[in-house]
Amino acid sequence: MKIKPLQIIAHIILILGVLLMVVPIWISFASSSHDSVTILTEGMKFHIGDQLARNYNEVLNEKGGWSEEVTAAKMFINSFIMALGIATLKVVISAMSAYALVYYRFKLAVPIFWLIFITLLVPLEVRIFPSYKIVSDLGLTNSYTGLILPLVASATATFFFRQFYKTIPDELLESAKLDGANAWSFFIDFLVPLSKTMIAAMFIFMFVYGYSQYLWPLIMTTAEEYWTVVMGMKIIYTESYEGVALPRTAERFAYIILSMIPPVLVVVFLQKWFIKGLIQTEK
Amino acid sequence: MSFLDLKNVTKIYPNGTKAVHETSLSIDEGEFMVFVGPSGCGKSTLLRMVAGLEDITEGDINLDGKLMNEVDPSERDVAMVFQNYALYPHMNVYNNLAYGLKNRGIDKETIEQKVNDAAKLLQISDYLQRKPSMLSGGQRQRVAMGRAIVRNPKIFLFDEPLSNLDAKLRIQMRLEIKKLQQKVGVTSIFVTHDQVEAMTLADRLAVINNGIIEQLGTPIEIYDNPKSLFVAGFIGSPQMNFLDGNLKNKTLSAEGFEIKDVNTEHEGEVTLGIRPEHLVQSENGLINLKVDLVEQLGSDNLVYGQLKNIKDFCYRCPGNQTIEKDSNLSLNIENNKYYIFDKSTGKRVN
Repeated sequence: MKIKPLQIIAHIILILGVLLMVVPIWISFASSSHDSVTILTEGMKFHIGDQLARNYNEVLNEKGGWSEEVTAAKMFINSFIMALGIATLKVVISAMSAYALVYYRFKLAVPIFWLIFITLLVPLEVRIFPSYKIVSDLGLTNSYTGLILPLVASATATFFFRQFYKTIPDELLESAKLDGANAWSFFIDFLVPLSKTMIAAMFIFMFVYGYSQYLWPLIMTTAEEYWTVVMGMKIIYTESYEGVALPRTAERFAYIILSMIPPVLVVVFLQKWFIKGLIQTEK
Repeated sequence: MSFLDLKNVTKIYPNGTKAVHETSLSIDEGEFMVFVGPSGCGKSTLLRMVAGLEDITEGDINLDGKLMNEVDPSERDVAMVFQNYALYPHMNVYNNLAYGLKNRGIDKETIEQKVNDAAKLLQISDYLQRKPSMLSGGQRQRVAMGRAIVRNPKIFLFDEPLSNLDAKLRIQMRLEIKKLQQKVGVTSIFVTHDQVEAMTLADRLAVINNGIIEQLGTPIEIYDNPKSLFVAGFIGSPQMNFLDGNLKNKTLSAEGFEIKDVNTEHEGEVTLGIRPEHLVQSENGLINLKVDLVEQLGSDNLVYGQLKNIKDFCYRCPGNQTIEKDSNLSLNIENNKYYIFDKSTGKRVN
């Protein structure tokens, strides 16, 4: 096969794009396998060093924080629970509210939809004080419920589900009705399986959103056992200015690499569904 | 009381449109009833009211002796075949057929038995594991019917199920639906805008226009004896020819010819209807037709011509006759088969 010049240019651009994405990650990974002293004296590394196991072991198991109670492993678990809870509940709640908005044609459906939509203009950061007040009045500070609950309503996901349900022909509902399906079984037997690729996509977005939350957990948690990864990242950076110890650069890199793993896993795992949905056109 | 009884059924939409006027209709058990009419005439609305998918504004629907007005569609024991089939895209054929049975809490072995029987009857046994997207139009149609049959409902409702198929398949499926209905013997209502479908399928036919049943009867009754201008024009292909005329002293004078001794006392402005197939060539005939166009269908020729000021007057003759363009034909009406309608009301007067 003859390669056209245009294809070569296209490939060069694509390769550059890939390098742009991959090289920083590789440098971080390679640097995380060296001694902190080496990095401080010689700069970032391109090749793998011999301190890999030690650095990662240190990061995962060393107790940190002000009271030296929390390990990075614990923070990963916290972040994972928080992101999982947020993503799951967001998908469930928005799918169900979209179902109500589309299929129950009550008079207020449209105003309520717009009301939900308007909340896009009021992100958590804007309503952080009232949110904090409510959560703390409910006694939910320093709990997973408190971390998750204020973030589970999603206008974006509701909107996407609503648009999708609107494309489902009415005959399907009518036919299901004649087949004896009730409101609940129509949702479970029809809308959920039909929108599973959509659910996967929303889950990925919402997981990453939940995982990267910073301000809310920072305000919400005073107990170190509820710290999250993103908070930890800030802490390992400030740590270096205290005391006389050398900054632990290598461990920081290890921490960064580890912090990327959960969202990457979610994307990799759910991508199968994505592609499956693209190949099987089921409509 | 008959099997399905509609009493003064009316549908008024919230915006005030009256889609179905007071309609009363009785359908016997095992009967194949066809609703035929132009699009927007209310035939589908009527069907959907029987199914329970539309609320009944006024009137009563009784099915098998039970009042259905407030009964939920899922409880009515009716099955419907939709125009676009409405197959469940994410379920394979087997589950499409089994879904309604599962919802009724029937045990697994019985479901399997019933699905396999229905599949056999419709010759879809080989596709049971396929998804609807992997089936052809005709196969989807069969699955849609299978879904109706498998539940063994009291009544089948068909909402223009053949209109998405190509011409050849449509004729084939039409035949199959008729055969199947005779075999299964379930009371059926079939909605269509295609008068050929209506004529071929129906035991009885309801011609609907503007939300009113214009005429109810067997296909032949309606063809032979249309009661209104609308029915006359709607049933029969090619369409009946219509001419303006005037009736006075039992003599009808139309454009260029007269018919004497008409069997009516009516006088005044009328419309004369003549079916293309009721014309014969004869010397010194009533009608002189100047041929514009001949459509040769093989078995028949459809001759279109000009009759004084009337264009596209149609005459149907056997296909073995050769008729030249621009020739003049002299035609007579066979056995006095013509229809006279009052011009203002459209009602038949002879």
